Amino acid sequence: MDGISHRHPALHWLHVNLFSSPTNTILTLLAALLLWQLVPPALNWAVFEATFSGTDSDACKYVDEHGEKVDAPGACWTFVKIRWPQFLFGLWYTRNFDQAWRPVLAFVLALGIIAALALPMFSHKQRYQIAAGALVVYPFVAYALLNGAWLGLPEAKTADWGGLTLTLVLASLGIIAAFPLGVCLALARRSRMPVVKGYAVLWIEMFRGMPLITLLFIASVMLPYFFPIGTEIDKVVRAIIAITIFQSAYTAEAIRGGLSAVPRGQYEAAEALGFGFWKSTILITLPQALKISIPAIMNSFIQLFKDTSLVLIIGLLELLNIIQVAARSSQWKGYEAEGYIFAAATFFFFCYSMSLYSRGLERRLDTSLAARRAQQD
Amino acid sequence: MTEANGGGAQEKSAESIIQIRGLNKWFGPQLHVLRDIDLDVKVGEKIVICGPSGSGKSTLIRCINRLEHHQKGSIIVDGTELTEDLKSIDEVRRDVGMVFQHFNLFPHLTILDNLILAPVWVKKEPKAKATETAMHYLERVKIPEQAHKYPGQLSGGQQQRVAIARALCMNPKIMLFDEPTSALDPEMISEVLDVMAELAREGMTMLVVTHEMGFASQVADCVIFMDEGSIVECSEPGKVEEFFKHPTNERTQKFFGQILHHI
Ligand SMILES: Nc1ncnc2c1ncn2[C@@H]1O[C@H](COP(=O)(O)OP(=O)(O)OP(=O)(O)O)[C@@H](O)[C@H]1O
Ligand SMILES: [Mg+2]
Repeated sequence: MDGISHRHPALHWLHVNLFSSPTNTILTLLAALLLWQLVPPALNWAVFEATFSGTDSDACKYVDEHGEKVDAPGACWTFVKIRWPQFLFGLWYTRNFDQAWRPVLAFVLALGIIAALALPMFSHKQRYQIAAGALVVYPFVAYALLNGAWLGLPEAKTADWGGLTLTLVLASLGIIAAFPLGVCLALARRSRMPVVKGYAVLWIEMFRGMPLITLLFIASVMLPYFFPIGTEIDKVVRAIIAITIFQSAYTAEAIRGGLSAVPRGQYEAAEALGFGFWKSTILITLPQALKISIPAIMNSFIQLFKDTSLVLIIGLLELLNIIQVAARSSQWKGYEAEGYIFAAATFFFFCYSMSLYSRGLERRLDTSLAARRAQQD
Repeated sequence: MTEANGGGAQEKSAESIIQIRGLNKWFGPQLHVLRDIDLDVKVGEKIVICGPSGSGKSTLIRCINRLEHHQKGSIIVDGTELTEDLKSIDEVRRDVGMVFQHFNLFPHLTILDNLILAPVWVKKEPKAKATETAMHYLERVKIPEQAHKYPGQLSGGQQQRVAIARALCMNPKIMLFDEPTSALDPEMISEVLDVMAELAREGMTMLVVTHEMGFASQVADCVIFMDEGSIVECSEPGKVEEFFKHPTNERTQKFFGQILHHI
């Protein structure tokens, strides 16, 4: 044997990573103490003493020696177990649970598109074609499925949509619609034409300086004034308009940051080769700028995803709000924590997936990384 | 040898392809960077421009393809006067290729895509033809095997040769070089200069900002020395060596004294 350490590799790993110096040792011990303090009680509450069975809140209560009903010490997952259809699909689909396949199918289709875009067997060009096609076709397909009327299925009006389904509709439409708007605003803000630039600056600064909740409120209260009297604007549409406007300001700033980070030489090389503004932007500078701004754009997407809960102000019940409502019912009073944990886990799942996807995207687009990898081979 | 770039060059030999008269340029209200420049470049002529840092060499050649715009005087390139008119700028840029100090290849595209992008999108050539031309020039600069790599995977010298090929793919009549070798490691300089010298032999009209005096004496028809925005001195036709050894102007003497000393 000629290894550096004759000890077991696991021991070696422990030594190098956890106990390499006095400071490291102290920090390791502190972290262990903290875990010891936190993990067992949390596990007790969430797992060992929790209730998973039953069909109503009585399952989570027991009668004490004085003959009174008392909450059991552990978590009451019965709440989530009974109410999850509401949380995921909203009230209408819970009442018409035989139709719940519609949102599920819409979701699976979206996943399919995203997966297809990530598959290595497609060339860049094919990916663009798939993405462009999906952007045009998918919203109609999703609407047809969720609403149902076009397909001759029982109609679920947009106002009937709720829960996670509504969260995903609002966030994805907001993100998709805000993206091209954000690109235009970013380009406009860098323009040398004062009017174009002025409008872009005004738009971006105004909507970035405003809380989303205000914008939602304005959209719900004031939007009707901009349309002929009697025009009924769908609540979900109002929310999407507000979210899109809000998000476009953030996307624009993220992309503008990317555009300024593209070296001047790139703009000059494009000019010297005879590219005009639009061609140079679309073929040369914007792709590089978008790559640079992926983390910033993704950051604002994740933020928006969580902010969708604010649509409560116009009376829409997305995931978080519908859980709150359920936890306020007389049946389930006192079980908010379980609901919130479910909401947190669901939000985390989606946000973390977005984060992973963006990191994968960054890695795939990093041509200098490709260089490093090639050198290692 | 190649019908691609030399063809039109020989026919109109004695004519000036670039004509600069009374050129003045300011950056902002104060900074006067080009002063009363007059310059004529004949078809097929190779001109080397040298001078101290900040003397306006880059600015001068960047005015020729309108990367910088001038305030006074006139620049006529192949019969087209450069004005605010976008059409004239487009026309001139079609005739003028440029190679930069820092290569400025498009990092998100492969080498081949770098080469065919402008022919396909600016000149509307069919992709197959553009690819053929691109491979032809990649062979000329001796790196056809790198066609499907990204710029970040190539050495500096290779990248600069790709940049030269990229400019040549647009079939320009004039090539501008702004210190093409000064960002390169010493061992890569000659591979780039060799490509440039070969291009010169084939009759390309070239304006080269460089301090590579070996290259200048081998290739240049005329060496221009600039200082503080003016052309201080020009070498007599065909007497480049002579010019390096015995410049008449005092500033030129001092400058050559310094750089030749270093070589
Ligand atoms: N975009 C610009 N804005 C303002 N001043 C500029 C700009 N570009 C160049 N200058 C100034 O113009 C003068 C001439 O610059 P130029 O780049 O043409 O010099 P150069 O001879 O190429 O020098 P170097 O050998 O360092 O490349 C310098 O004083 C420089 O600071
Ligand atoms: Mg310079």
